[in-house]
Amino acid sequence: MPGRGDRGGIKQKPKDAKGALVRIIKYLMQYKYLVLLFIICAFLSNLGNLLGPNFAGKAIDAASAGAGKVNMHRVLHYAVLMLIFYIGGGLLSFIVQIGMMRVGRRVAQNMRRDVFNKLMRLPVSYFDRNQAGDIISRVSYDIDVVSMSLSTDVVQIVTSLVTVIGSFVMMCTISVPLVFCMIFTIPISIWFTRHMGKKTRPLYAKRSASYGIMNGFTEEMFTGQKTILAYAHEDKVCENFSTINRNAAEAYRNADGLGMTMGPTIGLISNSGLAAIGLGGALLYMYRIVSLGQISSFVLYSRKFSGPINEIANIINEIYSALAASERVFQLLDQPEEAADIYGAVELEKAEGDVDIEHVTFGYVPGKTILHDMNLNAEPGQTIAIVGPTGAGKTTIINLLMRFYDVNKGRILVDGRESREYTMESLRRNYAMVLQDTWVFAGTIFDNIAYGKENATMEEVVAAAKAARIHNYIMRLPKGYNTQITEDGGNISKGQKQLLTIARAMLYNTNMLILDEATSNVDTSTERQVQKAMRSLMKGRTCFVIAHRLSTIQNADNILVVNHGDVVEQGTHDELMASKGFYYKMYASQFE
Amino acid sequence: MKLIFHSMGKYKWAIFFAIFLKLVGTLTELVLPYILEHMVDYVVPAGKLGPVIFWGLMMFVAAFFCRQFNVMANRRAINNAHKVSYDIRQALFEKTANLSGTQFDGFGLPSLISRMTSDSYNVQTAAQQLQSLCVRAPIMLVGGVIATLSMDKHLALILVIMIPFLLGIILFVSAKGIPMFSKVQQKLDVVVRIMRENITGIRVVKALSKSDYEMRRYAVANKEMADSDIKASTIMSIPWPFMQLCLNTGLALVIIIGARRVNAGQMEPGVILAFLTYFNMITMGVMGLNRIFMSMSRASASANRIDAVLKTETDQNILSEDQVKKPEGDELIRFEHVDFSYHEKQEGTQVEGFAGEEQENALTDIDFALKKGESLGIIGPTGCGKTTIINLLMRFYDASEGAIYVEGRDVRTYDKDELRRKFGVVFQNDMIFKDTLNENIDFGRGLSAEDIRAAVEDAQVADYIDGLDEGLQYEASIKGANLSGGQKQRLLVARALAGDPEILILDDSSSALDYKTDAAMRKAIGEHHKDSTLIMIAQRVSSIMGMTHIMVMDNGRCIGYGSHEELLKTCPEYKDIYDVQMGSIGA
Repeated sequence: MPGRGDRGGIKQKPKDAKGALVRIIKYLMQYKYLVLLFIICAFLSNLGNLLGPNFAGKAIDAASAGAGKVNMHRVLHYAVLMLIFYIGGGLLSFIVQIGMMRVGRRVAQNMRRDVFNKLMRLPVSYFDRNQAGDIISRVSYDIDVVSMSLSTDVVQIVTSLVTVIGSFVMMCTISVPLVFCMIFTIPISIWFTRHMGKKTRPLYAKRSASYGIMNGFTEEMFTGQKTILAYAHEDKVCENFSTINRNAAEAYRNADGLGMTMGPTIGLISNSGLAAIGLGGALLYMYRIVSLGQISSFVLYSRKFSGPINEIANIINEIYSALAASERVFQLLDQPEEAADIYGAVELEKAEGDVDIEHVTFGYVPGKTILHDMNLNAEPGQTIAIVGPTGAGKTTIINLLMRFYDVNKGRILVDGRESREYTMESLRRNYAMVLQDTWVFAGTIFDNIAYGKENATMEEVVAAAKAARIHNYIMRLPKGYNTQITEDGGNISKGQKQLLTIARAMLYNTNMLILDEATSNVDTSTERQVQKAMRSLMKGRTCFVIAHRLSTIQNADNILVVNHGDVVEQGTHDELMASKGFYYKMYASQFE
Repeated sequence: MKLIFHSMGKYKWAIFFAIFLKLVGTLTELVLPYILEHMVDYVVPAGKLGPVIFWGLMMFVAAFFCRQFNVMANRRAINNAHKVSYDIRQALFEKTANLSGTQFDGFGLPSLISRMTSDSYNVQTAAQQLQSLCVRAPIMLVGGVIATLSMDKHLALILVIMIPFLLGIILFVSAKGIPMFSKVQQKLDVVVRIMRENITGIRVVKALSKSDYEMRRYAVANKEMADSDIKASTIMSIPWPFMQLCLNTGLALVIIIGARRVNAGQMEPGVILAFLTYFNMITMGVMGLNRIFMSMSRASASANRIDAVLKTETDQNILSEDQVKKPEGDELIRFEHVDFSYHEKQEGTQVEGFAGEEQENALTDIDFALKKGESLGIIGPTGCGKTTIINLLMRFYDASEGAIYVEGRDVRTYDKDELRRKFGVVFQNDMIFKDTLNENIDFGRGLSAEDIRAAVEDAQVADYIDGLDEGLQYEASIKGANLSGGQKQRLLVARALAGDPEILILDDSSSALDYKTDAAMRKAIGEHHKDSTLIMIAQRVSSIMGMTHIMVMDNGRCIGYGSHEELLKTCPEYKDIYDVQMGSIGA
């Protein structure tokens, strides 16, 4: 039952409040027995809190007998009973409060998990389109709003309803004509709440969205802080932030400012009910329809009735804000996922490394084709070099090989089978890669190298590090392989990061290897060593190398020269040099 | 907490007004039941229509005013809170944007982001609640205590003795809560960090099929955050049942002792009943106070985190001319025996610097001078301190020993913007922002269209831009994700060139360019920016061999300095690099 909504790729309309509510309830249903238990506890504690005053009244009655006539035993009896009920009720409500708080936080935890797991299943293109800061805002702010609301509102709404219904029934038993005096407040309250909901919900949605924009902007600007300072651009950026900040602050003011009129207005409605009871009661009394005693006890219950109504108004307001926030979360959960494996997809165990690209056409945006009818054959163990001017589509080829994007036309074959017929995971597992954007994460050096291979031993990691010629460097650090790297690897240079990712790829033993400008940031002396290691790593593996240093790729079995998305030349270094074409010109230019 | 009050101080009159409105609103609200009681007890039994209608209308009027005052009070409270949170966020953003490199690394990017957002929302909520909750609870509490004291001092004493204890536990627990909620926010930092890592590294995660591993890693952080939140919130829930226990025991005592006193003829029986009413008032008051303090401890934890950033003092002061030495020459750029270590970290920073631990100094005795229009190429192994030279020259960090001069002035005597305006720079890992290409190149400097066009052409990116339908108005997506590595680098160079800077710095800015583009770019810079002094850090000898001076670095030291020809003769390391890279000519 749970998770049905977040699996399918059904695109739900945004602003679908009912859908959002249903899905929140689904999350809650995971704890349905606990929630039920807490609701019962809340009910009992309410009862205790209602009976407590009853005994207090009896104790006071007994105490008020007058000088010398007080039955102390009776007083003590009721006082103790009162205390027991109060304390019992208090304890129960304590349990409910803590229990629902826990449920709320766990639901938030589950939602955060679902969002994260969803992110892992989204296609790469989603991350190219959406700001990290905005995605994070959904996890940090929006889910928090939902969790806070669940912690308090569910139980409160139930107990308030109990009190409201209970006192309404009591009021009816006392005097039906008096009930008619104040009945008008109920439809007005309901109409008003719904009316306000229509107005506030979009405002709350706007609040969440503008917080997302602010988070996105902050994330981007803080990431580029050094550049901003270098160009003395900080004043302009602060000015821009000021607009975004003001929008966020105003979205909050507009939403909450309107939302906060709800409580007092419902208060006005129910107070009008009280006034009507006073007026109507007096008239009914004059016509001898009700007695004075009936009026006063009716008034007592009507106050019990209107108290929770005000509460409910505030709660509903909170729920509106939680719904608006949750819609942003669900909207992310409803994003279409990476194409699922086709029916009957097979596991690619350990590929030989025979790769064919046949008549492939591809563009990231419809109408803007980047690769036109591309063809390529890589035999197992061959090294295929891809060269060409910047922006010619080299990185795109990698995106297609790894199925980060799917081809528009044509097909890619691995070991004679179309790559779409393999499970995505097993296909990717067969490529080791070192990308243009080196990526390390906060953790030890050991963790970063061992990343691709679970349960890697220290010996294996050291061997890989030695092969990548970074072992000596690591050993010079005080904590060696246990040295912590900060997020984004801010405390190591780009070159060291690259060596780490090379070591990672070395440990990740596969028959297919992708090197995307892998050596462009390693200095020459290090590079020479890496070259040697790379050559031994490349031996027996099918390698796709994208690099601008022609020395790196001279030994390639096949060099693809790409320009404007077309393979303009193909052949070995010597062949291409001899033909004196595009490659020859590129090669010569390095010595200009 | 101080931060919240301090920021609210600016709007104190508006806030007092909001509180005043709330006060009036609350009092009208409290009056309503009394009118009703008055009607039921006195007006209705009299059976006269006139007074009944009068008092009935009075109730409507009171209810109406009650609504108006409360709505106005709430609106004003929110209006004030929105201004307060705007101010705090703006101050925080401006402070963060100006933090020095060391300070920025100390807080860490994910933590700075969550301080900016999650923490600021907590403060915003507190600023709003302070204005509304703080009115009702004290009125109830004080009113209740005064009313009971005026009725029977002996009985009231039971309550009065209890109140310090009740307040004590509130203060104690809410003080305990502050560090616990700080911890929750720290755990949130971790959750944010892991999310950022995965968003930025999604290709690697997918390529290595590590989704499951990442999900597990995230689950741990996620659980830890939920656990610490639950723990803090549980502690926060303790005072209320405890206080209920105290108050109800007190009530029982009041009834029992009251009964004794009634029995002894020392007290009227009605007093006990009245006591019950006021007792409820006091309970409500205490409950309100409890709520205020509990929500304040969360806000306080957040406020402290924000304050920690705001309080960070600038660690780079502008020195006056007589505090620094005069340079020994008047070249445009002079480094005089500069030593530097990243190790001198500020208190409270947690980064374990690689460069700092690995070697004593990131730079040792760097000494060189460049005249206007000259150029310098820096080459050397990774991590040898090439980028550090730029960091010091542009004063992202301060030298530990020695001094750096630009135009004959110590860099520490410049206003930072004044200094940095002389530069056009492309860093390693530089950023394209989500904006139009034009804005990315102009970068808020208000350059002319001609300047931008010239820069675009010199940076060899004109063909690409002309090929776009939108041209310079093309929107780069987040971090330039819709551009290739080479396109990004060329745009960054265009940004650096567009201001026609006195000093041009290119730090490894052609690694993604092919040789041809790289060569054409260097040629254009040489022709059109003759007066600019150029510092270029590169891995390729071919990129720097035409420079006036070349510095060969290793391990933070300069191991060779001179022209290309000189170095080939004097510096074996340089010759080695040259042979490796260029040796292929004959091959």
